[in-house]
Amino acid sequence: MLRKVAIVAALSLAAFAAQAQAQTPRKGGTIRFTAPYGSSFASLDIHSTNRTQDEIWAKAIHRQLYNWDSVANKPVPELATSVTASPDGKVHTFKLRQDAYFHHGRQMTADDVIYTFTRMMSPKVAYPGSRYARGIKGALAYQKGEAKEIAGLKKIDDFTLEMTFDEKTDPGFGFMNSYLSIYPADEAEKDSFQSKPIGLGPYKFVEYVPGSRMVGERWEKFYKPGKPYADRIVIAIMGEAAARDVAFRNKEIDASVLGPAQYVAYKADAALSKNLLEVAEVFTRNMGMNPTFKPFADKRVRQAINHAIDTDLIIKRLVKDKAFRATSWLPASSPAYDDTLKPYAYDPEKAKALLKEAGYADGFEFEWTTSANESWGQPIVEAVIPMLAKVNIKVKVKPVEGTVLSEVVRKGEYQAYIWSNTTGPDPYEALKCFHSKTPQSQCNYVLYNNPAVDKLLDEANATDDQAKRIGLLKQVNKILLDDAPVWFFNYNKAVMAYQPWLHGLQANATELALQYYEDLWVDDSSPAK
Amino acid sequence: MLSYLARRLIQTIPILLAVAALIFILFSVIPGSFASSLGDDGKSVLDAETMARMNRELGLSDPIYVRFARYVGQLAQFDLGVSFRTRQPVAVVIAERLWPSAQLALASMGFAIFVGVPLGFVAALRPGSLIDTGSMVLAVSGLSLPKFWLGLLLMYLFALKLGWLPSFGYGDGGLKHLLLPAVALGVSPLALLARTTRAAVLEILDADFVRTARSKGMSETRVVRWHLARNALVIVLTTVGLQFGSVIGQAVVVEKLFSWPGLGSLLIDSVSLRDLPVVQGAILTIVMIFLVINLTVDALCAAIDPRIKYT
Repeated sequence: MLRKVAIVAALSLAAFAAQAQAQTPRKGGTIRFTAPYGSSFASLDIHSTNRTQDEIWAKAIHRQLYNWDSVANKPVPELATSVTASPDGKVHTFKLRQDAYFHHGRQMTADDVIYTFTRMMSPKVAYPGSRYARGIKGALAYQKGEAKEIAGLKKIDDFTLEMTFDEKTDPGFGFMNSYLSIYPADEAEKDSFQSKPIGLGPYKFVEYVPGSRMVGERWEKFYKPGKPYADRIVIAIMGEAAARDVAFRNKEIDASVLGPAQYVAYKADAALSKNLLEVAEVFTRNMGMNPTFKPFADKRVRQAINHAIDTDLIIKRLVKDKAFRATSWLPASSPAYDDTLKPYAYDPEKAKALLKEAGYADGFEFEWTTSANESWGQPIVEAVIPMLAKVNIKVKVKPVEGTVLSEVVRKGEYQAYIWSNTTGPDPYEALKCFHSKTPQSQCNYVLYNNPAVDKLLDEANATDDQAKRIGLLKQVNKILLDDAPVWFFNYNKAVMAYQPWLHGLQANATELALQYYEDLWVDDSSPAK
Repeated sequence: MLSYLARRLIQTIPILLAVAALIFILFSVIPGSFASSLGDDGKSVLDAETMARMNRELGLSDPIYVRFARYVGQLAQFDLGVSFRTRQPVAVVIAERLWPSAQLALASMGFAIFVGVPLGFVAALRPGSLIDTGSMVLAVSGLSLPKFWLGLLLMYLFALKLGWLPSFGYGDGGLKHLLLPAVALGVSPLALLARTTRAAVLEILDADFVRTARSKGMSETRVVRWHLARNALVIVLTTVGLQFGSVIGQAVVVEKLFSWPGLGSLLIDSVSLRDLPVVQGAILTIVMIFLVINLTVDALCAAIDPRIKYT
């Protein structure tokens, strides 16, 4: 079934891309995009925030060394014309673009890249991007104040940079994140930069009305000739799905990310259903089980839970089919996804037998920590409770805020939790969360420990043979399915409704709301001037 | 009067300090931190090392009494601290939200006063009539309607169906964008004002001095203008004052729904991001506004009604 879904999705995306290319982009007009994940942006210093909501505006103003290529499904060099790696994979030489200009008119050079990564490792300020910059040789010494500069960042000339890492590294997956955007060294330290960001992106910052909108205008010296197409971009901050729905139907916004209820309504509408972009995103919704809670230490109990829940029914009725059934950890859009894997069948009798085998024929009770999220929170938990009750497992619900959920899970202060975790785009990074050496506070939330998985992951990391690497990761994914450290619920199907005059949307599996705006354009039927 | 006002102003200081202490303690004991909020979407969860560094940098790893002493020390210097997320002074972050909040509060209260007070007056002058029953049904409905639902209804009707107004946003801060959120927010105080005015006028209508004025042959217009209106105004003003402060606090839902850049939406986002300096600053600001409005109302009441003496 999922194979069919993947094929249909791939064909739809190809058709979508071909259709977009077949039309001649119009220059001018205004793109009216939305930021749906909250009622404000956290900061205008994108280095300080890794939230998706902030990445939405950052894609207009800033650029990084790499971009995500939605068609090739991998990161590609963006501010570099070429990147060459040494045979051991530790030294990467970036030939930088010579046509990239910051919005104050100065050309980008290697000094700006060095400045950016040095800022990221500031001894005074903790930036989220330091997670990726930390691997650069000498970065930690600089952060600890033991060195005056980062030894692994070497300027060869104005447009050539050599970056040396402590270990073999593929920097693309980390360096494509907006919170590693390249800053102008001469401007970023000024106080004004915090309220008027200057970047290399396709749109130049015009204004920010906190809690309402950000506006950008076309940067004429953007390095891609002829782009961006639109004169202006307005990013409206709209955290309320119902308000977005009215605004979209009223043609006040050009695109809107849909929730399950709206997805059903839009699909049922003859006009609206024509312009829906659906993508299998790299997020896996799951119920993590803490092995320090005795029943969950037993694999048979975890398998029993997977058998006891009618996952397909929940996806159909509650998630309104805005998700794909999970068949292990890696999602359908992952290069290491294994379409031969079969999900756990709904089989309460088998679940009872497994529980009996494990010594829990009379069941047990556990506490389930959950946020209020409609797609992977309390409504799902409430639907599961009667299903688990049928196999004598009782659930005590512990509702918490999203912010609290991430904290209690990382501290291991839970018996079970339900969450949506990123499972891509790099399949190795996604599966590394199950390496026994990965701390719980990092992402091994379920304290998974399997020497066979450790060995396979180490081999995958060591090899340069991509096919072999993928094969090893597929084996890990298969073992995980059998070990059932989590209840494999679903992979998110992100859906964006767009107006008929908006073109060039990219089917970004890492996060559909993140678009490279320079490729978007509006035809003259747009009501916005 | 002046000494009374000065005394009231001085009394606000312990109130503000108590509120500050309460907010501080509340947000120190509830779980979650700014660092953990950066990973709540499950996409890019911060690594443990960065989280620990962030907590140290923001002073969150210090013992609670150290943090409290630091906070009180800052307040004593009229310093609200620095926002965790924007790294700007909290005063700057709040200042840019004040005008939109004031616009929304003024517009919604203007709507409530100009519709609610006459409605209550007319209803009281014709008790039991169709207009009385109708206006009180409206008033009760207005008090019962959830703001979120009413806001959506207004959007649907005036933006989507009639196309008269934009459904969301701040625009250039003009009336066009202000109308719908102001009505959504103003309906509840309107209903309360209508009911309060009606009750006050009905009570005054039965008073001896009104009967005396009428028996002396005073025209009905003069009775209404000189006796009813002036006496009812004190009660109405007190209600307006209380509602004005509440409206700023209640604007959270409406601001979020209409993407209106006021204090309410700042507060709700700051709570979910655990941007504690901004939460503390925003709540203190709202409390301060509330206190100032009440003080102003007291002064106005004394000016209107000579029987009210403040010593």
